[in-house]
Amino acid sequence: MPIEVDGKSFETDEEGYLSNINDWVPGVATVMSKEDDLELTDEHWDIINYLREYYEEYQIAPAVRVLTKAVGKKFGKDKGNSKYLYGLFPYGPAKQACRYAGLPKPTGCV
Amino acid sequence: MSETIKNFLYLNRKAPYGTIYAWESLEVVLIGAAFDQDVSLAFVDDGVFQLTKGQDTAAVGMKNFSPTYAALGDYEVKKIFVEKESLEERGLSLDDLQHLTWEDEDDDWAEKDSIHLVTRAEMAAIMDGADVVFSF
Amino acid sequence: MSTLHTVNKSPFEKTSLEACLGHVSAGAAILLIEDGVYAALTQTSIEAQLKGALDSVKVYALGPDLQARGLSEERLIPGISVVDYAGFVDLAAEHDKLQAWL
Repeated sequence: MPIEVDGKSFETDEEGYLSNINDWVPGVATVMSKEDDLELTDEHWDIINYLREYYEEYQIAPAVRVLTKAVGKKFGKDKGNSKYLYGLFPYGPAKQACRYAGLPKPTGCV
Repeated sequence: MSETIKNFLYLNRKAPYGTIYAWESLEVVLIGAAFDQDVSLAFVDDGVFQLTKGQDTAAVGMKNFSPTYAALGDYEVKKIFVEKESLEERGLSLDDLQHLTWEDEDDDWAEKDSIHLVTRAEMAAIMDGADVVFSF
Repeated sequence: MSTLHTVNKSPFEKTSLEACLGHVSAGAAILLIEDGVYAALTQTSIEAQLKGALDSVKVYALGPDLQARGLSEERLIPGISVVDYAGFVDLAAEHDKLQAWL
């Protein structure tokens, strides 16, 4: 089902992930988070932007374990745990943060 | 944790892009990395072509997955064995391959080389020593 | 009758190139595509075989497949010409028929 962002339509797959990662604009994350009744803060954007950088460099969405470790290294040890990430993204960093970032579902995530 | 840690060896013998084996192997390695086993990757025969630098698939319209090998360090995959004879038969040397590293958390995040050049005889011993071999 | 032969398998894994070289007539052309482009590299174990063929046939390699595999043109055996997809079409049109070695 496509989603509407600023009057433009974005194609998504049956699980709500963006069909084409290159289509992504920040508004995609905003619209998706509104559907989940979630208000995006700077902390959310840090993770979303980091995921996009990671994908740009390695062409994959990182596994949760890899993301957790990287977040701890980049944003401070207190943030490098799954409690912090699930606090921001209750449905899980993979299912929610990657989806908001326009990334495909992480490899191995079922 | 009383679970036995097994030594998994992923054996890569196919060139990238011509067939799907190389990408499938990489996906299985990334998924398998979640299971805390002792993982090694072996690149033998045409498998050594997977690691060449400067791959650009824009013109053939396929996904370029060569940058993904650089993420292996993040997935705690630190042992990548490349067979010397396979490189030589193909006119390649280590300089033609990507420089892959992992960060040692216990050594102030020092970057360490993941790729080890081994002879065919050494590769045979590595295969012998593995508990499980996954072939691609 | 001139034929354009295509080889899409790695010469280190399959005998497609060897079989092709054994059956080409003088004046024919061979176009290396997909994993077949690895045969164009210098200093390989099959270099001499391919060089031998260059005396009687023209050998081409498909540029997009070289780029995908990170193989720069300087790495290729002199005498092998690189063509793009349009060049592939031209070659197909210039020859009487196409024979694929799979």
